Amino acid sequence: MKFPRMKQGAAVLMGVLMTGLAFAQTEPTEPVRWQLNMTPGVTSTAANAYDAHMMMLWICVIIGIIVFGAMAYAMIKFRHSKGAVPDTSLTHSTKLELIWTIIPILILVVSAYPATQKVMAQYGADHGAEKDEMVIKITGYQWMWRYEYVGEGVDFISRLDRTSDGLRQNKATSQTEIAAHGTYLRDVDKPLVIPADTRIRFVITADDVIHSWWVPALGWKQDAIPGIINDSWTKVATPGTYRGVCAELCGKDHGFMPIVVKVLPKAEYAAWLAAQKPAPVVETAPAAEAAPTAEAAPAPAAEAAPAATADTAAAPAA
Amino acid sequence: MADHKQGFIERWFYSTNHKDIGTLYLVFALAMFFIGGAMAMVIRAELFQPGLQLVSPEFFNQMTTTHALVMIFGAVMPAFVGLANWMIPLMIGAPDMALPRMNNWSFWIMPFAFTLLLLPLILQVLFGIGSGGPAGGWTLYPPLSLQGGTSTAFTIFAIHLMGVSSIMGAINIIATVLNMRAPGMDLLKMPIFVWTWLITAFLLIAVMPVLAGSVTMLLTDKFFGTSFFNAAGGGDPVMYQHIFWFFGHPEVYIMILPAFGIVSEIIPTFARKPLFGYQAMVYATASIAFLSFIVWAHHMFTVGMPLGGELYFMYATMLIAIPTGVKVFNWVTTLWRGSISFETPMLFALGFVVMFTIGGFSGLMLAIVPADFQYHDTYFVVAHFHYVLVTGAIFAIMAGAYYWLPKWTGYMYNETLGKWHFWLSTIFVNLLFFPQHFLGLAGMQRRVPDYNPAFADFNMWSSIGGFGFGLAQLLFVYIVWQSVRGGVKAEARSWPSARGLEWTVPSPAPHHTFEKPPVIKDGDLAHGDVSH
Repeated sequence: MKFPRMKQGAAVLMGVLMTGLAFAQTEPTEPVRWQLNMTPGVTSTAANAYDAHMMMLWICVIIGIIVFGAMAYAMIKFRHSKGAVPDTSLTHSTKLELIWTIIPILILVVSAYPATQKVMAQYGADHGAEKDEMVIKITGYQWMWRYEYVGEGVDFISRLDRTSDGLRQNKATSQTEIAAHGTYLRDVDKPLVIPADTRIRFVITADDVIHSWWVPALGWKQDAIPGIINDSWTKVATPGTYRGVCAELCGKDHGFMPIVVKVLPKAEYAAWLAAQKPAPVVETAPAAEAAPTAEAAPAPAAEAAPAATADTAAAPAA
Repeated sequence: MADHKQGFIERWFYSTNHKDIGTLYLVFALAMFFIGGAMAMVIRAELFQPGLQLVSPEFFNQMTTTHALVMIFGAVMPAFVGLANWMIPLMIGAPDMALPRMNNWSFWIMPFAFTLLLLPLILQVLFGIGSGGPAGGWTLYPPLSLQGGTSTAFTIFAIHLMGVSSIMGAINIIATVLNMRAPGMDLLKMPIFVWTWLITAFLLIAVMPVLAGSVTMLLTDKFFGTSFFNAAGGGDPVMYQHIFWFFGHPEVYIMILPAFGIVSEIIPTFARKPLFGYQAMVYATASIAFLSFIVWAHHMFTVGMPLGGELYFMYATMLIAIPTGVKVFNWVTTLWRGSISFETPMLFALGFVVMFTIGGFSGLMLAIVPADFQYHDTYFVVAHFHYVLVTGAIFAIMAGAYYWLPKWTGYMYNETLGKWHFWLSTIFVNLLFFPQHFLGLAGMQRRVPDYNPAFADFNMWSSIGGFGFGLAQLLFVYIVWQSVRGGVKAEARSWPSARGLEWTVPSPAPHHTFEKPPVIKDGDLAHGDVSH
C-alpha cells in the first residue's frame, strides 16, 4: 500500500530535480549519448527492475540529503576558525542511537516488501503466473550465441555482424568510421526472432565457459553455465528490435558477442518461422543442418538430455 | 635510547622492529599502488575512445585481472597491515608486536608473492616469453580461468603466499592486542582502530584458508585432472563461486573495517570532541564482520539460484545497512557541536565519510534482486566498488598517512600541498567513477575493451578523471619524500587536540617505545567517556 504513494512522491521529486534530463522525457530501448539512467524496458520484468531501482535510488537520495546536509551544516556552523567551542559532553545518547537503528530497519522492511513481490513475479511464484507458450534454448559459446526453437527444428548461430567485426579488428579504424556504424558492436548477423505477446521460456546454458545472456529492455540477465541449465522467461508486448550483450567475462572476445532480439507480430513471426524450417529431406535428420558455418560446430540439440552439454565443457580447457 | 648502530641491510632486511616492518609494508603498498595504477591507466587509455587503439583484448583482460589482484592484495591490504604494525603497539602501550620474527617473515613473503604474480606478465611484455598474465578476472571463475596458460599456476602460488603472509600478520595482531596491552588498557578502552583491526584479523584467519582451498582446487583441476569445477567430470562451476565469495565478501570488509578505524581516530581529533557512541562503533564493527559471512551469494544473483536463495541473500545483505548506518551517523554526530578544522587528514576523512556512503548507497541498491538483474556485471558495479575501495579504503589510508606522518618522520608535511593533493584527488576521482554509474545504467557491461559510441562521452570523462587521479598521487609521493627529508619539527602531540598513547611518545617515535608499560590516564584516550 505504501509503495505506490512512494512512487508518486518519487515522481514529483524527480520532476522537480531532474527536469530537462534526457531520461525523464524519452524511454529509449537503445543506449543514447549522455544517458543517465536505467530505462523501463518493454517487459513487466524490466518495469519491475526500473521501479525497484528508482525506489532505492530515491530512498538513497533522501537519506543522502539528510546525512550530507547534517554534515555540511556541522562543517559550516561548528568551525574552529569561527571560534566554535566543542561540546565534549556529547558522546552518547541511547535515544538517538535507537532512533537511527530503528528507522533504517523500517525503511528496509518497507523497501524489501515490493522487492520481494518483484522477485516472486520473475520466478513465477506469484498468483498471476501464466503458462509458457514456447521454449527457446540459448547456448553460449566463445564468442557467439546459439538459438534453438525447441520442437520446431529451427536452430542457428548468432554472432557479431561483419561490419563491426571488421572495424574492431583494425587498429587504424577512425572514430568517424565507428560513428558511421550506429550499431557498432551491437548488431549480429542473425538475430533471435520471437513473437510479440507470447510468454516465452528460455533455457540457458553454455558449452565452454560461463556467459551471461542480457537484454536490458527485457529486464534480466541469466548466466549461461556449462553443465547447468538455467531458465528465465519473457513476454514482450511491443514489436521492435532490442539489443543486449554477454555480461559475464568469457575470454578475449567477451565484448564482441552481442545479442539482438527481434520481436515480430504473431502472424509475421509464424511466416518467419515457416521460412526457417528445414526442407522435408533434412527434417529426418535435423541435427545435420544445425551448424550454419563450419567453425565451432555446436553439438547436436541437447534439450532432451541436459547433461549432454557437459560432455563438451572440458574441451576448450586443453 | 642505547641502540646498537644498524647497517642498512641489518635494519631493513633482518628487522624485527614493528616500526621498521610497518615502514616496509607501507613502502611496498605504495609501490604496488603505482604498479596497479599504471595498469588502470592502460585500461582507461584503451577505453578513452571506442575502437581498439592501444592493446589487444587479451592484454586488456590481463590488465583488469592483474590490476585488481595487485590493488587488493598488494596495495590496500599491506597498507593496512603497515599501519597496524606501526600504530597498534603505540596505541596499546606495547613495546613491539607479540611475534617479531614472524612479523619479519610475513612481510618478506610479499615481495616474492608479487614477483610470482607479475612474472608471467613481465616475461611476456618485456621478453615475449609465454602468454602473459592471468586474464580470467580477479575472481578466477572456472572454466575461464582454467583456459589460461601456465600463468594460472603462478597466480595460484602467489595467492597461496599472500594468504600465508596475511594469516601470519593476523595471528600477530591478535596475539599483540590480546596479550600486550599496557595495564589499564581494557578491551573497551582500546582505540577504535585497534578494535577494527582485531576484528579484521579474525576475518582474515577465517577466510584466507577458504581462498587457498578454492584456488588449490583450481590448480588440481588445471594440472592434475581433477573435476571439482568441471561439469563434464561431475563437478560444478557454480560451487567455485560459492566458495570464492564465502572468502570474497568478508575480504571486502577486511579492506574497509580498518578504514573505519582510521577515520574514527581522525574525526574526533579535528572536531576536538570525543568519538560519539564508542561502544556502538565497536558493536557495529563486530556486527558487520558477522554479517559478512552470511551474504556471499549476493554476488551471484544471476547464476540461477532458487527463489528462497535470492530472497534470503537480499534480506541478509540489506541488514548490513543498519550497522553501517550507525557508523556513519556516529561520525556525523561526532562533528556535531564540535570545533572543526580542516587539515589534510581531516579532509580525507570527511571525503571518506561522504564518498564511502555513496558507495554504500549503491551497495544497498545492488542488494535489491530485481534491480540487480539489470545492474549485475555492468559499470554500475564497477562504480560501486571503486567508490568503496578508492574513495573508501584508499582515502582512509591517505588520511591515516597524513595523520601519523609527523609521528613517523618527526616533521610536519607541507599542508598546502597536502590540501592540493586532497582536492585534486577528490575532483578527479569523482570524474573517474561517478559517470560509470551512468554507463552501467545505460547498459555498458564490465570488462570490455571496446564499446558503442553511445557510451563514448562518459568513458572519455572517466578516462580524463583516471589520468588526473593517477597524476595527483605523484604529489603524494613528493609530499611524503619532503616530510622524510625535513621541514618543521613535529611536536610529540603533533595535533594539539589528538588523544591516544601514540601522541605521548616523541616525534619521530624512537626505535623502541614503551619498554616500560605506560601509566594510562583515561584522559589520554581518544574517546573520552568509555562507559557507553
